[in-house]
Amino acid sequence: MTDKAVTAPPPKRGTTSLIYDPKARSIFFQVLTVVILVVVVMWIAHNVSSNLARSNTASGYGFLGGRSGFDVGQSLIAYSSDSTYGRAILVGLLNTLLIAATGIITATVVGFIIGIGRLSKNWLVAKLCTVYVEIFRNIPPLLVIFFWYSGVLAILPQPRDAIQGPLSTFLSNRGLTFPYPIWGEGASVIPIAFVIAVIGAIGFAVWQKKRQMATGKQLPTGWISAGIIIGLPLIAFLAVGAPLTFDYPVEGRFNLSGGGNIRPEFVALYLALSLYTAAFIAEIIRAGIKGVGKGQTEAAAALGLQPNKTTQLVVVPQAFRIIIPPLTSQYLNLTKNSSLGVAIGFPELFSTGSTTLNQTGQAIEMISIMLTIYLTISILTSLFMNWFNAKMALVER
Amino acid sequence: MSNGKLSYVRADMIAPEPPPISNNTVAGWLRTNLLATPKDVVLTIVALAVLALALPGIINWLFIQASWVGSDRSVCATIAQGGIQPDGWKGACWAFVQDRFQQFIFGRYPLEERWRVILVGLMMIVLLAPLMIPKLPHKTVNAVLLFVVFPIVAFFLLHGGFFGLDRVDTPLWGGMMVTLILSFVGIAVSFPFGILLALGRRSNMPVVKMFCVIFIEVIRGVPLVMVLFMANVMLPLFLPTGWTIDNFLRALVGVALFASAYMAEVIRGGLQAIPKGQAEGADSLGLSYWQKTRLIILPQAIKLVIPGIVNTFIGLFKDTSLVSIIGMFDLLNIIRLNFTDTTWITPVTPLTGLIFAGFVFWIFCFGMSRYSAFMERHLDTGHKR
Repeated sequence: MTDKAVTAPPPKRGTTSLIYDPKARSIFFQVLTVVILVVVVMWIAHNVSSNLARSNTASGYGFLGGRSGFDVGQSLIAYSSDSTYGRAILVGLLNTLLIAATGIITATVVGFIIGIGRLSKNWLVAKLCTVYVEIFRNIPPLLVIFFWYSGVLAILPQPRDAIQGPLSTFLSNRGLTFPYPIWGEGASVIPIAFVIAVIGAIGFAVWQKKRQMATGKQLPTGWISAGIIIGLPLIAFLAVGAPLTFDYPVEGRFNLSGGGNIRPEFVALYLALSLYTAAFIAEIIRAGIKGVGKGQTEAAAALGLQPNKTTQLVVVPQAFRIIIPPLTSQYLNLTKNSSLGVAIGFPELFSTGSTTLNQTGQAIEMISIMLTIYLTISILTSLFMNWFNAKMALVER
Repeated sequence: MSNGKLSYVRADMIAPEPPPISNNTVAGWLRTNLLATPKDVVLTIVALAVLALALPGIINWLFIQASWVGSDRSVCATIAQGGIQPDGWKGACWAFVQDRFQQFIFGRYPLEERWRVILVGLMMIVLLAPLMIPKLPHKTVNAVLLFVVFPIVAFFLLHGGFFGLDRVDTPLWGGMMVTLILSFVGIAVSFPFGILLALGRRSNMPVVKMFCVIFIEVIRGVPLVMVLFMANVMLPLFLPTGWTIDNFLRALVGVALFASAYMAEVIRGGLQAIPKGQAEGADSLGLSYWQKTRLIILPQAIKLVIPGIVNTFIGLFKDTSLVSIIGMFDLLNIIRLNFTDTTWITPVTPLTGLIFAGFVFWIFCFGMSRYSAFMERHLDTGHKR
């Protein structure tokens, strides 16, 4: 950047006019910014190196291979306190993605219902949905998490007095215990069948669309696709002889043994983030649907479309264009808010990352790792949603 | 024709139709708003069932069964738990909130010095209220007093150590007071910084623009917990050896940086919505860049994005609760601290405390959103299409 200043136009008209030359001024301010930034960064770098030298902290990412020595409550992959720090961070990342995925799905469904409910002509339903939105929008998500964790889940009974739900599920202050499926011989064909079914359903939808374009005839694509996606794995499942047994939880004297268990930390975080984000999504949905002009509905009615078809073919596609950009930022918010799990000891990325940082003292390395992961998640989500948005966007002349 | 007898003309008057069912009667209102279609009837019944299931229990828990006065846990515990309530009793423990109310507001601020906090609170109300009422004059003086003079005075009053006031270190600060200080500083800092960042992002100087884009996107891409943690861990590393930086200040820096990035994006939205002709018109009048920005662009842009700005403020106010993760005792954390206090440890204490905290946060945030709706109507001078 400094050589730009050298190539700046020579002051032909004297120094006074150079001050008023916008180009010269712009270059001057940019050089000034760069100089200040470089000086500040160098000063910080100098301080950091002297601070690190004083505390005898070795820099580098070698510590990731060391034994972590801490346990986590919930992990999607095999992990023990003998595993490495790197694996602990991976466990955290997977848990973050798990909570994000489950939370986003639930929040979207609940948000849709509440958002449409607020637009209902039924006064009571509309008011109830408004109350929901106004409550959750105006309290901090951390409080909602604590509400579920220390307010509701912590005062559930001990495992020996667990509340028994349907299908051999038990709810206690150790979380939700449920029959754990054990897949037997030949079960691997089921996911393969599922993948084939999904590809088949997409192929069918494409063919149906072509056929409709050519002949104007429609088939119930949704029902047939659903049939393929559910039916094919089911047939595969039955064909290999239904290789599925359950490990049922058994009530012992003091504890429940067997079965799968969902930790209360996960339940609290999942419920809190889903319900909290759902309130925001509801508002986005409502704004999106209200944003479609009344003329559109009237024109559809004039063309003789049924109310259901109007919603499906005219209102929803246009509402989607308004909804997608803010919806993306809500999804990202939910993913970022999953870091609040640290407050109740849910081992997500920030939680395992900060534990690692506290144990090893590798502040700069750990923060750079966490920053990179969070930014990567954000950027990937934004890129995907931008692509989706561009695909949905109105093609103008 | 002349005899007036046409087979297709009606000879006698038909009886008048009954008037349309009025919407103004109770029955009419019920019919249109609750029972219009079979689907509506079902929805109404479901909604009523939900209310009937939930409301009696909630009201019973919150008010009827709740224990209102008392000085220790016995009033909120059943006999089996070592209290005076009958077995199977469940209700809110408002006695706990009443007993610890002072602590929820002031934290561990010394008892005999609390008048200083109250004084600062009064000063803030006295300065903030007239600023919020559009009709009152002298807005500039008022704003300068509130955002420049008041913070300095408040700092000296709260922290002390000067003018014969006792020194009260920040670890003793806590409760509502910390929540309000963090939000106030966050709002006061993020607004000007957000404007600068937004202008920088729209600048045609590539270096300035790049710096602003990177700053905004990095901060917006990571959770606030992460920003606070960075401020907490990294700031001491960034300063020369031997310098220390107060924990409270670290949190303030984190919150202010975070809020600035979000504010910048909201204001950028407003800047983008202003037609280019406005800037060109200002240029043709010979206004300088800052005159143009200050007198033409910003007033219009900010008016457009008031809802967004207030939403950012609300978000900031809610997000101050996250400082508990870096070990500070704001309202939420000080309430949680009491859950393990043996004087008040009962099964209903956590829920009661959290509901109280939720109520306080709700009042503030709901108030802000109502005020923004009011300002939006007040400033709506008909430029909207």
